Amino acid sequence: MAGLTLENIEKRFGSIVAVSDVNLILPDGQFVCFLGPSGCGKTTLLRLIAGLEKPSRGRILLDQEDITGTPAHKRNFGMVFQSLALFPHLTVGENITYSLRVRKIDKTTRQQRANELLDLVKLSGLSDRHISQLSGGQRQRIAMARALAIEPRLFLLDEPLSALDAKLREDMQLELRMLQQRLSVTTILVTHDQREAMTMSDLVVVMGPDNRIHQMGSPLEIYRSPADTFVADFIGTSNLLDGTCSGSRTVTIGRARLEISDMPEGINPDTKVTVSVRPEEVHVRPGAEEGDNRLPGRVSFVRDVGSSVEIYLDCNGIQIVSQSTPKGRPAVRQGDQATAELPPTACVVLRS
Amino acid sequence: MIGEKPKGVRAHLTVVYPALMLAIFFIVPFGLMAAVSFFHRQPGGFYVTGFELTNYINLYTALFGRTLLFSLLLAGLSAAVCVSIGFPFTYFITRMKRRAQVVWLVLLMSVLSLSEVIVGFAWSLLLSRTAGLSNLFVWLGLIARPVAWYPGFAALLFGICYLAFPYTVLVLYPPLSRLDPALPEAALTLGASPLRTFFTVVVGSLRNAIVAAFVMVFVFTLGAYLLPQILGRPRHWTLSVLITDAAIYQTNMPLAAAMAIFFMGVSLALVVLTMMIGKGKKVKAI
Repeated sequence: MAGLTLENIEKRFGSIVAVSDVNLILPDGQFVCFLGPSGCGKTTLLRLIAGLEKPSRGRILLDQEDITGTPAHKRNFGMVFQSLALFPHLTVGENITYSLRVRKIDKTTRQQRANELLDLVKLSGLSDRHISQLSGGQRQRIAMARALAIEPRLFLLDEPLSALDAKLREDMQLELRMLQQRLSVTTILVTHDQREAMTMSDLVVVMGPDNRIHQMGSPLEIYRSPADTFVADFIGTSNLLDGTCSGSRTVTIGRARLEISDMPEGINPDTKVTVSVRPEEVHVRPGAEEGDNRLPGRVSFVRDVGSSVEIYLDCNGIQIVSQSTPKGRPAVRQGDQATAELPPTACVVLRS
Repeated sequence: MIGEKPKGVRAHLTVVYPALMLAIFFIVPFGLMAAVSFFHRQPGGFYVTGFELTNYINLYTALFGRTLLFSLLLAGLSAAVCVSIGFPFTYFITRMKRRAQVVWLVLLMSVLSLSEVIVGFAWSLLLSRTAGLSNLFVWLGLIARPVAWYPGFAALLFGICYLAFPYTVLVLYPPLSRLDPALPEAALTLGASPLRTFFTVVVGSLRNAIVAAFVMVFVFTLGAYLLPQILGRPRHWTLSVLITDAAIYQTNMPLAAAMAIFFMGVSLALVVLTMMIGKGKKVKAI
């Protein structure tokens, strides 16, 4: 299974570099998310794959076949646009079967396929409706059905859920994921919502504001061991602590010494590093304690939202956030002395 | 509250002025003309008040019928030419960069600063055999000897389209620039060639705008009075010319009024028909 390969892709608009130095191999049948802040080039990358933009440099291969020069209408990909781009002058059925009509497929087959697809997106019987008569969520599904009508080789989605309200968006995320698993079509979703990316994908490609790819991996891999400070900060929230490597498995942060269970290669003593610790891995205990992997401090704020508690600690100028789901009331209150414990396994060392 | 209709006399004061102007300068003269069309003509004099259908019966002549048909045909053809050139033209303008768009629009609008008389005589000169463009083509070696392209139907059609074209672009520009660029892109990803995309999606989704532009040029051209006399032969004269002839040279005001009213009625019916055809599909679907 070769899937989609991007080689040294670069795209410039005049003097602006939209995407640079992209090398990706996306395996077949996977759900891939391009995740990054706005302006990081993720949509441009998707448009390059769709053939709506031509790369300034590099090659795009699909199953070993070079498709860099193939125009969009000959690529047989299905794409869902951010604005959905449903044709306002056509009915739901005509929208869905547009691609079949273009391919001169007869009317009966078209109608049959339209009904199949409407069943698939759970909108049976809406074939003769007009686009303006549909709700936001229904339009969403119709746009997906339209893109899937030709059984595309790649299913591309450009932030299609961003216009929906939070509740509907989460429903659609699950639905889309299940749809993709049922059809096992290679899918690429562009999003700036890390929660969305984590929910749905097999593979997450994190892009940064420098328009490059920072990390690619499974959602958990990216969450647990971010490749750099940008990824650590962008994916979820993270405590980023600046320190110095002080031994083969130790980092000094301020006055505290942290034992690290996994030190990346090539980091020698006296190297400046950043230690990333997820808030839910930080344990907060009342009272000041000294010792390895412990930072004593004072509670500056407690955010108790019922389902979870966030405790903000000021440890001699170092800010640490802890998140937990306690059964009872939190053990500390604002102004208390407390200690943050950072377990060795939770500390991820990143080059500064 | 927002959306609530204003109540009371005060709230309606703002519309009084435009309503008054409309009444004085449009409805009253129109009413007068409608009334005159039923009056009795006094040969050698003017007309006396009365009510008779003689003027409408007198319309039933071969000349009137032929001229009416020609006027409608000319207007329809001009509208078709303007829209079929103007639509793709405007589409390409809207896909350009902002600066280029402004340049093109200013250039087009500058045509509007020329009076119809100047445009008419300029083209009659440029299309003539003695001093026209054909001499340039001869010099360039494109044709053997200078030709007269005027007076004639083609010259007339050309002149009218030249005048109506900027208006066509003006009417088409707003809806085309609002067109979601993702629409044609979506059609491309669905496998439609660029040409097919243009016709099925760009033209298709802007059907109403196209009908509006067509109707606008059609109505605009119906009133053509000057250009047919400058660029056309007598058989290319429009109904406006005939009406003026009846009113001024034959001093037959009632007949001229009847012609105008009848002409307006036919045009209005055609416009309504066009709009219905344009909306037909949508009406059926809802």
